[in-house]
Amino acid sequence: MPEKMPWRYCLAVRDLAAGYDGRPAIEGISFGIAPGQMVGVIGPNGAGKSTLFKAILGLIPRHRGEILLHDVDAMGQRALMGYVPQLEQVDRAFPVTVRDVVMMGRYPRIGWLRRPGRADARAVDQALERVELLPLAERRIGELSGGQAQRAFLARVLAQDPHVLLLDEPVSGVDATTQHAIFAVLEALRDGGKTVVVATHDLNCVIERFDQVLCINRRLIAYGPPGEVFREEVLEQTYGNHLMVVRVGDRQVVVADEHKP
Amino acid sequence: MIDFLLAPFQLGFMQRALLGGLLVGAVCALVGTYVVLRGLAFVGDALAHAAFPGVVIAYLLKANIYLGALVFALATAIGIGLVSRRGRVSPDTAIGILFAGAFALGVLLMSTIQSYTVDLFSFLFGDILAISETDLVVVGILGAAVLAVIVLCYKELLLTSFDPTVAEAMGYPVQALNYLLLGLVALTIVIAIQAVGIILVVALLVTPSATAYLVTRRFLPMMIVGVLFSCAAVGMGLALSYYLNVASGAAIVLLSTCLFFLTLGVRHLFPAAARS
Repeated sequence: MPEKMPWRYCLAVRDLAAGYDGRPAIEGISFGIAPGQMVGVIGPNGAGKSTLFKAILGLIPRHRGEILLHDVDAMGQRALMGYVPQLEQVDRAFPVTVRDVVMMGRYPRIGWLRRPGRADARAVDQALERVELLPLAERRIGELSGGQAQRAFLARVLAQDPHVLLLDEPVSGVDATTQHAIFAVLEALRDGGKTVVVATHDLNCVIERFDQVLCINRRLIAYGPPGEVFREEVLEQTYGNHLMVVRVGDRQVVVADEHKP
Repeated sequence: MIDFLLAPFQLGFMQRALLGGLLVGAVCALVGTYVVLRGLAFVGDALAHAAFPGVVIAYLLKANIYLGALVFALATAIGIGLVSRRGRVSPDTAIGILFAGAFALGVLLMSTIQSYTVDLFSFLFGDILAISETDLVVVGILGAAVLAVIVLCYKELLLTSFDPTVAEAMGYPVQALNYLLLGLVALTIVIAIQAVGIILVVALLVTPSATAYLVTRRFLPMMIVGVLFSCAAVGMGLALSYYLNVASGAAIVLLSTCLFFLTLGVRHLFPAAARS
């Protein structure tokens, strides 16, 4: 990338290296995302998808590189980034209702020493409405199914109203209905000018729904529109040689060869 | 029944004990809500034991016992945080190392005192009936401080307890809030030592809140119901210890334990009515 390139990006990552114990788990990662784009992050297990998200959010040590939100270092404006971690990260036996959880998304806006006001309650209701959980608002979070809980955490990030959303495998292990509901919300956010970044294993979903795809395997392999990026050699570098791109009519389909390791 | 429960509290020392016990019980249940939900029971027990050398040293120097206990409990809280954060050993192991070491220091120092170790034993097992008016003032002020912190940082402590990862991603100082909470636990233990003693203080910190967890579905109700369970155990425990002439601290803790198992049983028999 040219040195003096104007950063018209919502989220820009330059030459990022990050990881625990001084050893980088990911390195040499650079990309820029314009507002209003939905980006899929793909790579095999252990490729560093979650690590990339955590590095962007400042949850793990950064060894090198820059993370810019609207051209300014992201660490000073972390509330503008919304994060939906993998589902099993929180203790769902905790005594909070769905409404309580969604209200937590408002906390950065409310600020220290202040209590939620009427505007916050409205924002929470709207967020619950958008994920169709309003009827379950008073349930304890532990009483929800996996898919419903995932929608509750999506509602929390909606209530936060960030500029960039980072979702770590939001549709893994949830039913098809929930998957569609989640993607409908994400696409609406994208159309509303948000930057949506989603780690996923479902390459065909990436082809169908995403504007850009980021292939990583400890380093950046490729970044661009799925139609251009999903080529044999890129997928081979990303996943090893057990994936194939097949054309069915005018559609691309990615097929996994289960027999190879 | 009511008369039976109220009769002992005609006496001045019983009134002081009741007031002190209710204050201590309430503060323990407030902080205990976090202790139960975040799995800090072992940490709480450790901080209580680690306060013991502080008590002995303050006794030797004729300094304020509360201050000595607080300094050692806080130092241990920071020590646990530092040792486990540097990696290498798990938090569990770090706690085991620090609290046993600190307690041994207390026992060693106590063995150098020739006479009147009876006073110090009362800190191990508590002596709520000997609570003085000065003690009540100290407990009242420290308890109010704990309550103030919980009220002021309610949102932040709730969020970091439920989802520390997202709290940190939002930019909250999660590490500092963790230390703040450990500080509250340390302060609470210092307040409670006079009432139930170092050995049993963890029971007041954990049992009423755990009982409340069984019957509530939200955080604030869990806190409030925990306070009620705690105060009930204090009142009944004191009355019982008066009639049976047994140790008050132990009676309070045992009643609290009974309430827990009773609630667990009721919940088991009537699952539909559980968790309002």
